[in-house]
Amino acid sequence: MIGVQHVRTGGPGNEVAALDVAGVSHSYGSKRALNNVSFSIAPATFTVLLGLNGAGKTTLFSLISHLYDTRHGSIRIFGHDIRRASGEALRCVGIVFQARTLDLDLSVYQNLSYHASLHGIGGREARQRIATLLETVDMQGREHDKARSLSGGQMRRIEIARALLHRPSLLLLDEATVGLDIQSRAGILATIRRLVHTEGIGVLWATHLIDEVEDGDHAVVLRQGNLVASGTVSDLIQASGTGSIRDAFSKLNRSGTAGIAEISP
Amino acid sequence: MSTSATPQKLASVTPVRSGAFGLRHYLICLKGVVLRECLRFLHQRERFISSLVRPLVWLFIFAAGFRQVLGVSIIPPYKTYVLYEVYITPGLCGMILLFSGMQSSLSMVYDREMGNMRTLLVSPFPRWFLLVSKMLAGVAVSIAQVYAFLIVAWFWGVKAPPLGYLFVLPALFLSGMMLCALGMLLSSMIKQLENFAGIMNFVIFPGYFASPALYPLWRIQEASPLLYKICLVNPFTYAVELIRFAFYGQVDWVSLGVVAGCTLLFLAAAIIAYDPSRGLMTRKQDTGGNA
Repeated sequence: MIGVQHVRTGGPGNEVAALDVAGVSHSYGSKRALNNVSFSIAPATFTVLLGLNGAGKTTLFSLISHLYDTRHGSIRIFGHDIRRASGEALRCVGIVFQARTLDLDLSVYQNLSYHASLHGIGGREARQRIATLLETVDMQGREHDKARSLSGGQMRRIEIARALLHRPSLLLLDEATVGLDIQSRAGILATIRRLVHTEGIGVLWATHLIDEVEDGDHAVVLRQGNLVASGTVSDLIQASGTGSIRDAFSKLNRSGTAGIAEISP
Repeated sequence: MSTSATPQKLASVTPVRSGAFGLRHYLICLKGVVLRECLRFLHQRERFISSLVRPLVWLFIFAAGFRQVLGVSIIPPYKTYVLYEVYITPGLCGMILLFSGMQSSLSMVYDREMGNMRTLLVSPFPRWFLLVSKMLAGVAVSIAQVYAFLIVAWFWGVKAPPLGYLFVLPALFLSGMMLCALGMLLSSMIKQLENFAGIMNFVIFPGYFASPALYPLWRIQEASPLLYKICLVNPFTYAVELIRFAFYGQVDWVSLGVVAGCTLLFLAAAIIAYDPSRGLMTRKQDTGGNA
């Protein structure tokens, strides 16, 4: 495996990792979905979790968000163990799931207000945050629209606003742009990248769309439940001996040949 | 999507961590969950109408037809002969709670399939609190339906003592909690929405008919000793009797004990079932089910 390490807990400067995944494995019955996966990401970085369908990205998200129990290995979010201190850990995380999770019968405002209450935010504070975030995702004036009436891209924007309502330090997005048109994809990606730079939010962006990756990003690559590479995109390209992240990713996913998994750092 | 938002505009998303949640935060969360359930109920008018029509059909048609066939002798809490409509009203209140409890189970399975459940389960509040909040929300909606039914029944001439409408509230609450907790437990066992029909066949109908909701227990005992024994182990029996006695300002202590005990039991089992490190949700992980 190519190993360009990100920030580790207790690393240089004692900086606590935004997310520290250590030796995590998970199985569905006899089917291994994740196999001893370890990586960590630093605060205020944009990290792409790359993998083809079935690579284990959604399983990893379910473990990080404590929907599934981490029975093998450990996951820490800003130092909080997701099993032992799930409340503290989840307060640091905003999540956009792959499936649409808005309540279609409720309005945009009611959906956001519900989420705010799930984080103990109510009243005027909730109203202010909702107003600000709707502006941030360019959905101002749509508070009273039924979620059902929104397009796929608009729903995603609302879900992003919802994930930011409780001011998380780490944002997890699972295939957030799947099914959207090019313009919507670009807009959402630009907004998320901007949040990293202006607000210092760490982002784990799961995708199988290689054109969403930029050279300056960090990347974690999964293949069939195994971590096959992690590091900056430019380092991955260099280590793979290819000319682009697309070629590097293709090489990583080529089974039975000399992929990056076999290229030691 | 805006790409030129100013730092000032985004200042609200500056990461901030603070201490543990206080009582105020818990109350905000509870209020939010209850409000959401109420809003969903109001938006689903068909659900409200069907929840009201179902017991009214029993009251207007079934009870009117059977009042001549089924005689109800003087049994506690009644001090005189009562019309059959009066007798079955507590059972119909229980029916509303039973259907509503199972409806909340259906709603949880639906939420799980649609992904809405995830937004609840990734809240930083303790999972037991989230589930209890969800139950309280379901009970609030159920009780509103019961009172809507009682108002219509009152106009139909089926009246309880005036204070009975107040006394019955705690009984409705506790019975509603028991049935919602049971619904929640069942929802953790159902993998797909399609399997919900099984709940109708194996929980709602047997639970309702094997109880004193429609006929007194002594009549059931006369007709079938086996069915009588089944009625005695059916928690819904005690919910109906608790409600019936409460209408007359009385407490049936056995019913109260059974309903309270079953509420705690079902609730504890539901909390364990929804705990990702234990219970049935863990088994769902093993089979790749949705959370």
